[in-house]
Amino acid sequence: MKSDPGLYDFWPYRGRPAIRWPNGARIAFWVAPNIEYYELDPPDNPQRKAWARPFPDVQSYSHRDYGNRVGHYRMMDAMDRCGVRGSVSLSVAMCQHHPELIRDGVERGWEFFSHGIYNTRYSYGMDEAQERAIIEDSIRTVREATGQTIAGWLAPALTHTERTMDLLAEYGILYTCDLFQDDQPQPVKVARGRLISMPYSLEINDVIAYNSYFATPRAYGEMICRQFDTLYAEGAESGTVMCIPLHAYLVGHAHRVGALEAALRYITGHEGVWVTTAREIAEYYHANCYDLVQADLDRRAGAKP
Amino acid sequence: MTLPQDYLEYPLRRHGMDHDWYPWRNHFSIPAHAWPNGARLAVWLCTSLEFFPLNPSGKPFKAPGSMVTPYPDLRHYTTRDYGNRVGVYRMLRLFAALGLRGSFAVNAAVAARYPQLIADVCGDGHEIMAHGVDMGQLHHGGLDDASEAALVDESLATLRGVSGQAVRGWLSPARSESVRTPRLLAERGIEYFCDFVNDELPYDFATPAGPLVAMPHSLELSDRQILIDYHHSEADYARQVRDQCDVLLAESQHFGRRILSLPLTPYIVGLPYRIGTLRELLADLSAREGVWFATGAELCAAWRSRA
Repeated sequence: MKSDPGLYDFWPYRGRPAIRWPNGARIAFWVAPNIEYYELDPPDNPQRKAWARPFPDVQSYSHRDYGNRVGHYRMMDAMDRCGVRGSVSLSVAMCQHHPELIRDGVERGWEFFSHGIYNTRYSYGMDEAQERAIIEDSIRTVREATGQTIAGWLAPALTHTERTMDLLAEYGILYTCDLFQDDQPQPVKVARGRLISMPYSLEINDVIAYNSYFATPRAYGEMICRQFDTLYAEGAESGTVMCIPLHAYLVGHAHRVGALEAALRYITGHEGVWVTTAREIAEYYHANCYDLVQADLDRRAGAKP
Repeated sequence: MTLPQDYLEYPLRRHGMDHDWYPWRNHFSIPAHAWPNGARLAVWLCTSLEFFPLNPSGKPFKAPGSMVTPYPDLRHYTTRDYGNRVGVYRMLRLFAALGLRGSFAVNAAVAARYPQLIADVCGDGHEIMAHGVDMGQLHHGGLDDASEAALVDESLATLRGVSGQAVRGWLSPARSESVRTPRLLAERGIEYFCDFVNDELPYDFATPAGPLVAMPHSLELSDRQILIDYHHSEADYARQVRDQCDVLLAESQHFGRRILSLPLTPYIVGLPYRIGTLRELLADLSAREGVWFATGAELCAAWRSRA
């Protein structure tokens, strides 16, 4: 085991080359609905239990299932009304279980990227062949269901191995959402190819807001707006990225969806906001920003005493 | 440490659910009907009357609300018991003043120990639902069939005997079930149960003894979740319930009948400093156009008549 993951260099938030988003936008804004399937009775992973209670954990299983039956539609409607497309963090087995939800997203021009096969199958302890298998399964499954080739990755339940990033780059994945070190994308150090870290969030994330911070719906809406205010202001100097990660089983409740919609309306009501998808940000960044930033990182590395 | 190959096998990766209990359903594709008398939103008050033994087994886990400190935990025992002596009577008075009826999910131990309370609840026209034996005896896979059946039998026999009601509804203590719980309930004349929190309208739940109706009984809108687990203020609790009411009433214009299930706990919301919030909240909800306060049995019957 290492003391530093070795995936990126220190890169202080001062004196960086300016990121210029399309059309002079200050901030690239994307929303990531996590469309997940949690299995009732998944196989054991020795490093993490899927459910707190013994089988069948009726309360927790059904709490998640609510998202795919009820909450998803409220969340999707709120996004539709604000003109926001989703970049879906997808348990790809959803393509088999509930293709109805996938088709709704495809019709709306939503992006689909992989969040593993199930959110109850963890990468801890996978050998290289197994980790390749879930990446290849993800690429194949999403392609068959949506016609899209996945461009991004958020590890299932945020479970990783030391080789995850190298493998993603090898398979042509453009971005990972698994790194939380920055509010701007950054090249990730991989063995071959190019991969960037895409700002996601473990703060402006309904799971954290509701289940860890115990925020009220209105307080969560305020958090989103204040996060935006700062990143929007800073984006006048150099383009920033803001993501709102969502889970329909939480944010789709009738007493919570209104605060989300108000926050989306606030953000999309500003000039200079690139309301986009993670794939579009990543493609633009790879084409227009990667070399610029990598040169700055190389220069700083070479200047070290 | 490498995972076995079957960790990447997915035998239940198929269309629909990974079990045969109920099919997937899009909540917004259910045919739009009204409730009886043209009501659009049913508010279901569901009050829990629970007995927390001083010596819980903790198997397979401690139910929320169980004893916390070393034995004898008089502090938690008596604060829970307060609900069954004082808090619930405060709530009964409030319900009566507003002319509201609802359901009471009752541990058999409460009925056996405090039959006067059950008589008072029934006398006010409320429905008695079964809520197991007590909060120290959970339904779980570690029980054998006969032991779990005995728990269900004791619960139903006591509650039916003390209340004189048919007792057709069930809520498992701590919403904990084994895979056989639904069958045991269906075999014993239970029509609806409310352990699953995946929906806002009833649906049919298959058991080997015939279907049960799975009734929505909110986790996220319960007083315990919001006031105790999330530490929200009373004002924020009431605001969330009102927000839910507003959204459901608006949805009902296009999508038909809706249910706002409001689980209430006497030792939580029946406290002197909280009851005023509940009074204002319920007075507000009952004044809304198109709102019907119903019992679980009434909702179940109305649902089945126009499913």
